Amino acid sequence: MNDLTALPGLIAVILVSLLTLLVGTWGMRVSRTTSDFLVASRTVRPTLNAFAVSGEYLSAASFLGIAGLLLAYGADMLWYPVGWTAGYLLLLVLVAAPLRRSGAYTLPDFAEARLESRTVRSICSAFVVAIGWLYLLPQFEGAGFTLATAIGAPRWVGPVAVGLVVLIGVGGGGMRSITLVQAFQYWLKLTALLVPAAVLLVVWTRDETAGSLGAGDPAWSMPLVGSGGAGLYTTYSLILATFLGTMGLPHVVVRFYTNPDGGAARRTTLTVLALVGGFYLIPPVYAALGHAYGVGSGDSSTLMLDLPRLALSGLGGELLTGLITAGAFAAFLSTSSGLVIAVAGVLSQDVTSRRLPEIASFRVAAAIAVLIPMGASLALPNFGVAQSVGLAFAVAASTFCPLLLLGIWWRGLTPTGAIAGMLTGGAGSVVAVAWTLSHGALDGVTDGWADVLLGQPAAWSVPLAFATMILVSRATASSTPRHARRFLARLHAPESLDLERS
Amino acid sequence: MTERVRVTGPERRSRPLARTQDIDEETSLGSVYVRSLMRAQLSLALGVVAVLVVTIGSLPLLFHLVPEVGSASVVGLPVAWLTLGVLVYPWLLLLGWAYVRQAERNEQHFTELLGPHDQTPSPTDG
Repeated sequence: MNDLTALPGLIAVILVSLLTLLVGTWGMRVSRTTSDFLVASRTVRPTLNAFAVSGEYLSAASFLGIAGLLLAYGADMLWYPVGWTAGYLLLLVLVAAPLRRSGAYTLPDFAEARLESRTVRSICSAFVVAIGWLYLLPQFEGAGFTLATAIGAPRWVGPVAVGLVVLIGVGGGGMRSITLVQAFQYWLKLTALLVPAAVLLVVWTRDETAGSLGAGDPAWSMPLVGSGGAGLYTTYSLILATFLGTMGLPHVVVRFYTNPDGGAARRTTLTVLALVGGFYLIPPVYAALGHAYGVGSGDSSTLMLDLPRLALSGLGGELLTGLITAGAFAAFLSTSSGLVIAVAGVLSQDVTSRRLPEIASFRVAAAIAVLIPMGASLALPNFGVAQSVGLAFAVAASTFCPLLLLGIWWRGLTPTGAIAGMLTGGAGSVVAVAWTLSHGALDGVTDGWADVLLGQPAAWSVPLAFATMILVSRATASSTPRHARRFLARLHAPESLDLERS
Repeated sequence: MTERVRVTGPERRSRPLARTQDIDEETSLGSVYVRSLMRAQLSLALGVVAVLVVTIGSLPLLFHLVPEVGSASVVGLPVAWLTLGVLVYPWLLLLGWAYVRQAERNEQHFTELLGPHDQTPSPTDG
């Protein structure tokens, strides 16, 4: 690839990075307190907040990964975007308003306030960091292969570039400036997905040499063809992980504390449902176009970046690839920023703040939060972006989902029960993830039921976590937190009631 | 020594919030109120979850047991792609919208039950 064809992509990446840094630096001047850094002092209006939540949530897995998966594996893969959207409906109906009313900054804060236990807090902190890093790793890896495909950069350039921009943005302005950056990045991603799709569709209708969009190809358009019971298990397990995992993702949860009140948290979530759902209407178009232009399933991971060049020769194709590269890079930056804020928030509260003043401690924590997964992505071999993100959902669904649901709706939850449930669900899903990653079973080829069960653990690890949490809480009913009743009243009573909210 | 309190007149916003104290002090009356609100909100939430399970959660099983449904073509698109790729999203939004409306109603009802009756006259009183 010569330098000239790489130019639009390169300019796009530099522009997105500069713009992100510019807003981040501006935020540095208005962020002064820890409250600014962690929750933007809780002054973010629902619409802006919804843009930011969506901007942060739509990661590279959504932007680049889904279209490729749809092309390679067909309609089954539609369950990823469906689950990632439906997760917000469950978050809305079960968690959003009470979580905001809890008045806690982070998931560990919530756990400590609800269960009055430092041990529960520490375990939650460990899981926030683990899930955050599991989710950050594919972001960095994805940045590596995107820049390699789009502009022919060496593989280490992507992770390092994303890491640096995120570090400067997050360390500089924290949540307040990142809110604006992420809201902007939602619209950038939507434009970068919508415009090339529209142009390519027009090109396709005029191109007599191109094939059909695939609607008539039964092997491709049918879900679950030939995969039998294992396929059905995998689909339901994926549904469980994504539907229930969204509420347990640290970078999603931390955004809910930036809402002014519980009602605003609900309206934010409803808007997010619309924004995220609207976004996911587009990737199938790319998959269908890829089918029409005969992109093989082996090339599916770079489908989005290759497609414009296949359909349009010359500058037009390069410009569209440049736009898609910009959107993908925005996806890496916004999701990584959100994750780094969540991980750094927890690390600074529980680790670095013992030795350093508040804001310095947040910056050191942010550096740790970036450097470890960045290093890991440089050292570890590649794996599929969308599927490894799926595993992070499974761990979140097996740990934080039961903690939140039982903590919000059941007075009988005890610290011991919460610990036992999170450790059981966490251990089960983490072992499954480790097995799957180390055996490279992410390509969808599985040998037997053991691989199937470990490859998509949520269907057994989530019920296991719930059952453990409930049974152990029942057995230790005498240690129910003293203020549980009052805390639950605070979670569910509307703010207009003027309860004492200490 | 007792704390000195400067008296500058009646508080701007008088607070006849007698019954919110029931909740703060965990009296049996207060806990009955809160329990009824929680029960209303929980059954609303579980109702939405049940609709979600029946309408969307049943799809994999349906496509598995009756493959003809998924591959049948409507307006040029296979049913599987049409439902999972397009129709699911407005449906989720509709469920969310209906939930928010009802949840806010439940809260309003709860506030009216507890709140002062003499503060905001309803429009029909005039």
